[in-house]
Amino acid sequence: MLLEVNNINVYYGAIHALQGISFNVNEGEIVTLIGANGAGKSTTLRTVSGMIRPRSGSVVYKGEDITMTACEKIVVKGISHVPEGRKIFAPLTVRENLEMGAYTRSDRSEIAASMERVFASFPRLKERINQLGGTLSGGEQQMLATGRGLMSRPALLLLDEPSMGLSPLLVQEIFRIIKEINSQGTSILLVEQNASMALSIASRAYVLETGRIVMEGKASDIANDPKVKSAYLGI
Amino acid sequence: MDTFFLVASLVKIIAILAYIYGLLWVMGHANRWVKIGGIVLAFAVVQLALTPFGDFQILTAFDQGLLYQACAMTMVALGLNLIYGFNGQFSLGQWGFYGIGAYCAADITYRWINGDSRGLIVVAFGVVLVALAIWGIGKFLSRYRGIPVMSSFTLYLLGTVAAAAVAVFIGNALQPLLQPALGTPENPGWLNSEIALQVVFFLAVILAGAFAAIVSFLFGLPVLTLGSDYFGIATLGFTIVINTLMINSDTILPFPEMKGGRGMIGIPKLTTWFWAFAFMVLVIIVMRNFIHSSTGRTVMSVREDETAARAMGIDIAGTKLLSFVVGSLFAGLAGGVYAHYIGFLSPGTFDFLVGFNPLIIVVFGGLGSMSGTVAASFGWIFFLEGLLRVILSQMGTEAPTWRFVLYPIALLLLMLLRPQGLLGNTEWGFLKAKVIPLKVEK
Ligand SMILES: Nc1ncnc2c1ncn2[C@@H]1O[C@H](COP(=O)(O)OP(=O)(O)OP(=O)(O)O)[C@@H](O)[C@H]1O
Ligand SMILES: [Mg+2]
Repeated sequence: MLLEVNNINVYYGAIHALQGISFNVNEGEIVTLIGANGAGKSTTLRTVSGMIRPRSGSVVYKGEDITMTACEKIVVKGISHVPEGRKIFAPLTVRENLEMGAYTRSDRSEIAASMERVFASFPRLKERINQLGGTLSGGEQQMLATGRGLMSRPALLLLDEPSMGLSPLLVQEIFRIIKEINSQGTSILLVEQNASMALSIASRAYVLETGRIVMEGKASDIANDPKVKSAYLGI
Repeated sequence: MDTFFLVASLVKIIAILAYIYGLLWVMGHANRWVKIGGIVLAFAVVQLALTPFGDFQILTAFDQGLLYQACAMTMVALGLNLIYGFNGQFSLGQWGFYGIGAYCAADITYRWINGDSRGLIVVAFGVVLVALAIWGIGKFLSRYRGIPVMSSFTLYLLGTVAAAAVAVFIGNALQPLLQPALGTPENPGWLNSEIALQVVFFLAVILAGAFAAIVSFLFGLPVLTLGSDYFGIATLGFTIVINTLMINSDTILPFPEMKGGRGMIGIPKLTTWFWAFAFMVLVIIVMRNFIHSSTGRTVMSVREDETAARAMGIDIAGTKLLSFVVGSLFAGLAGGVYAHYIGFLSPGTFDFLVGFNPLIIVVFGGLGSMSGTVAASFGWIFFLEGLLRVILSQMGTEAPTWRFVLYPIALLLLMLLRPQGLLGNTEWGFLKAKVIPLKVEK
């Protein structure tokens, strides 16, 4: 098992944001967390990447307890978090943004190889290599954020709403690329508002409701569940 | 006479800004020999302008003073731009570090010419030992997870105190050995020869920078975790505390030679155009290489978005501390240059109100622009301290005070007309980033 989250409780001050959540991600899988706004999806990703600490429970990655490990060390271990809302570095160029993603690595030629791989997935970024990040379109910024997340060569990629604010065509494109990244050997934990798309590429899914997991199973089963259909898929 | 003076001063200011532009341009020249030749030429031009040929002298003694101040201000302001402009940490502490550097360097040379080697020896050994202690403790702490900031701070502080005590011990032990070579002010020994004094001065300035850097490390470690606004308040407090210590340096602190509020006199005036220019160019080069290195990019990414920076695996606290320490180091160097130009240090110079000057300069020049900071430092000193002071003093004895009305008005106008500062993000010559050409695939 690649990632194992055991019964974590996370608080923001008095707000009990995650109330005993457990889930896991196996090697080579795409696992998706779906749920309404404020359910705690982003909080879950933040806990895994070490940006916030759970009050109790544990996060185990490749058999090692990383619950209290510093954020920057978790990146080195192979977990990469692409945060919600793109968060690219506006005054840096596309190339520099990508180089920032490889901040924890030092081998120049391997970094260059990773950059080529990112460009193979996102040819648009290559055309704009010397453009400032802040001047990219919304969709391009999302591509840059995702590409930057790949630059640390993660074994596990945490994606927080990669389709936010994209046109339907670009959404298709992004999901196709996510699938492609996964087929090249990166496991993915995907958080999405666009539940139907997420369920269509994921192998397993967890449904989150106000800080609790209320349903889990194979993505195809979840997609066919009548309750999920009415609540999240709008069918 | 009046109009002549006015025109001449304006021409001078324009010439100086053109000079800065030219200097940065030639420093950025691709050919190394042109680069070195250009820097030497830039030094020589001013050196000649400062030389009195009989009655003819392009830059007067007054201008010379302004030049040194401008060089010092450039270093202070570049440091602040690193902390505030590039790393986004609003700091009012820069002036305090400038003062620390000034007093530290002054004390070293003052003691030296008066036959006391302990200033130099203690600070030199202190800086090296403390740096080693901090490095060792840092290595030790990195093996553990989740250590509270205050605990690591306590360890660093203890290590610093212990290392400093050893340095004082070494200084006291070496003094009797060095005393004969130092001689007395009336009868200087060979260690107080012209050449030796230049070396001591150089070391004093470098050590002043290192000393300020160490203080900023210890201060920044707990305080940088506060978050930007509180950090600003805390640094303001820092500048006030340093100022109070200066006023009481002969009572609370054991430094009678600093003479507390009366001001320290008798500091050897060792700053020459060569040293002022050399230290400024050094700071510009270090700053530029720092900003355009990968570390510089982490500094900027922390300012842009801490969440994203953390997701990249950047150590946020460490990055903030690094830019704070480097910025303070520049301020310390500047203090050393200033102290040996003016020859007299008064706590009033390091009052926190005056401490807003570098902040205004940085905002004036443009928060993300090193060139803007350099140009604004020179423009500020020559225009406000030079020209305006002279003109206003001809209007009456109290009139120069009006400068303090004119600064804010100028600043207000700038903020209304050009909120990003005079240069915004633009850089000149040497300070520009290299654009890496897109690799064409075969
Ligand atoms: N920094 C914070 N301080 C206080 N409360 C927070 C903070 N971040 C999130 N919360 C709260 O925690 C809960 C879970 O938030 P989270 O961001 O994880 O939701 P989400 O599932 O990602 O929602 P969305 O789909 O809207 O992004 C929410 O009630 C939110 O208001
Ligand atoms: Mg969210």
